[in-house]
Amino acid sequence: MTKKQKKNLIRIIIASVLTAAFIFVPVSGLYKLALYLIPYLIIGYDILIKAFKGIINFQPFDECLLMAIATIGAMVIAVIDDGDFLEAIAVMLFYQIGEWFQSYAVGKSRKNISELMDIRPDYANVETDGKIERVDPDEVEIGTMITVLAGEKIPIDGIVEEGNSMLDTSALTGESAPREIGVGEEVISGCVNLSGVLKIRTVKEFENSTVSKILDLVENASSKKSRSENFISKFSRIYTPTVIFGAIALALLPPLFNMLILSQPAGWTDWIYRALTFLVISCPCALVISIPLSFFAGIGGASREGILIKGSNYLETLSKTRTIVFDKTGTLTKGVFEVTGVYPAEIGKTELLTLAASAEHYSTHPIALSIKNALMQNPDAAIPDSTEDIAGHGIKAIFGNDTVYAGNAKLMDSIGVKYSVPDTVGTVLYIAENDKFMGSIIISDVVKANSKEAISELKRAGIRKTVMLTGDNRDIAEKIAKATGIDEVHGNLLPSDKVDIVEKLISEKKNNEAVVFVGDGINDAPVLSRADVGIAMGAMGSDAAIEASDIVLMDDDPLKISKAIKISRKCLTIVTENIWFAIGVKIVCLILGALGYANMWTAIFADVGVMILVVINAIRALIVKKL
Amino acid sequence: MKKTYKIEVDCANCAAKMEDAAKKTDGVKDAVVNFMTLKMKVEFEDGADTETVMNNVLKNCRKVESDCEIFF
Repeated sequence: MTKKQKKNLIRIIIASVLTAAFIFVPVSGLYKLALYLIPYLIIGYDILIKAFKGIINFQPFDECLLMAIATIGAMVIAVIDDGDFLEAIAVMLFYQIGEWFQSYAVGKSRKNISELMDIRPDYANVETDGKIERVDPDEVEIGTMITVLAGEKIPIDGIVEEGNSMLDTSALTGESAPREIGVGEEVISGCVNLSGVLKIRTVKEFENSTVSKILDLVENASSKKSRSENFISKFSRIYTPTVIFGAIALALLPPLFNMLILSQPAGWTDWIYRALTFLVISCPCALVISIPLSFFAGIGGASREGILIKGSNYLETLSKTRTIVFDKTGTLTKGVFEVTGVYPAEIGKTELLTLAASAEHYSTHPIALSIKNALMQNPDAAIPDSTEDIAGHGIKAIFGNDTVYAGNAKLMDSIGVKYSVPDTVGTVLYIAENDKFMGSIIISDVVKANSKEAISELKRAGIRKTVMLTGDNRDIAEKIAKATGIDEVHGNLLPSDKVDIVEKLISEKKNNEAVVFVGDGINDAPVLSRADVGIAMGAMGSDAAIEASDIVLMDDDPLKISKAIKISRKCLTIVTENIWFAIGVKIVCLILGALGYANMWTAIFADVGVMILVVINAIRALIVKKL
Repeated sequence: MKKTYKIEVDCANCAAKMEDAAKKTDGVKDAVVNFMTLKMKVEFEDGADTETVMNNVLKNCRKVESDCEIFF
């Protein structure tokens, strides 16, 4: 609780106690007024001062002014009709309770959400002359050696130079299992060092480090306003003046009509009372607070799950998703090549792999790396005397008197070796020793463990069409589509073709639907920005992807896509509920007030009660764990 | 040029009014008030002196919401 909140709470309590006590004091008339003015002024003095300032500044629709008019008016009527002062005090009291609650709830959720995103490192440990010094991360230059002790946050992106440890990446990725980290590996800022001491050479400035990027993104998220928010701000701009003019009309027209046309008593106090009731309902605060708060909570809840949403407009569009377009590599597949088949001709499988790995010893080509990876547990590959890259064909390696060839079919043709073509899809590496064919190795991209489940989860969430785009050949694409359950496949695409297909899908969809593109941010920035919503996944560290996309998934789990959609739907449901509820109750109360069925107690419920309810409802958007 | 300022304001409607007031200030190209994060993002017109503009922004905001605060 802030100081101001504490002070206001005390005022509320004192005023309530005094009012309750004064009910039992047997006085009447002006003495009663004087008595009741005490709690009224305690609870309402700041409103009255603000109302006065509002008049000076020509702010006729200032809510303080309206509350002041309504309550003073009610008291005057009470004096004239010898009525009840309680009402005026109650209106002021409940108004203050509402304000207090709003400020408390908003402050609480503000704190909640910023705690979720509490990944900003406060300092970096820099070693100078053998002494470790804490400095502001902003002052650390690229290439500085920093020390991260156990339990500390990594302040700046860098590469580990010394030490082994486990990293808690949960603040960034939502992934709870700690990650092992060792020398030579890249680490991103915002992770927490769990066990050992790490010495890290920074590769970025603090302001360009992952953690700064994320914070910037989340903090600015709610400034991109959604259609619902724009609707509300327009609505509230019309609503308040309308209700006030309604109140004026209500106060003047019926009494004049009574007097002049019907020649009956005017009944001024009755109609003015009804008009004052109107004024109490005229503040659109419930709406104005609940809609942004719902989005804020939704975005906050999503970021706890490792889903960063750049603006409430994207959250809104995401909820209307009916078509999802995937990029294959890095999205549905791991984007790393793995050996998926070994077909030896003369020798054993391990021997064939060893032979290939030996030939590829000096190569850093992704295919070479994947073969070396497959051989991890068997490191006795020989080192070639010399190797020669044959561009577009493969590699030629000399081992003493033997020559080993590893490459594609063209290489085999060019050296005149007869080879057999394996019956699977993927990239094939043929290996020959001297002039003898030794076998082939299949290397292909591997489908992520969660891809299939992710697609069926999306279908269950009502996604009508799933499309996969890839630059790879059709066979591979078809196979992966089948394995994951994708509806439509386009292969052999250039990056510009991908944009064309997404544009076609956008032109085919209905007006209130959305086409989402999911990619890993490599080569697909144009598509990410063209789609209604672009989702980049596993994009931590890829600046281009964070830049081009609307939603960033911090880890590369495709299941998070359906989660994001569910979060957006929950949030939008809450927004719709709040809009209808708040407007509905107000309109009903306005009608009842005009007809004389609703008194100020009802009016203050329409104002404060509704606000409290919609704020509570809005905070529900924060709870996304079980979606 | 864009700059972000921390603000203090009590209610959401008041924040919306501050946004309107800031937008109408001379030298301000665009302004966004975020009630949830209590921040005001101001885009200045080219060549505007931020200090004077912000003084006017605060003055205009005070007119619509007397107890608001902008930290600059």
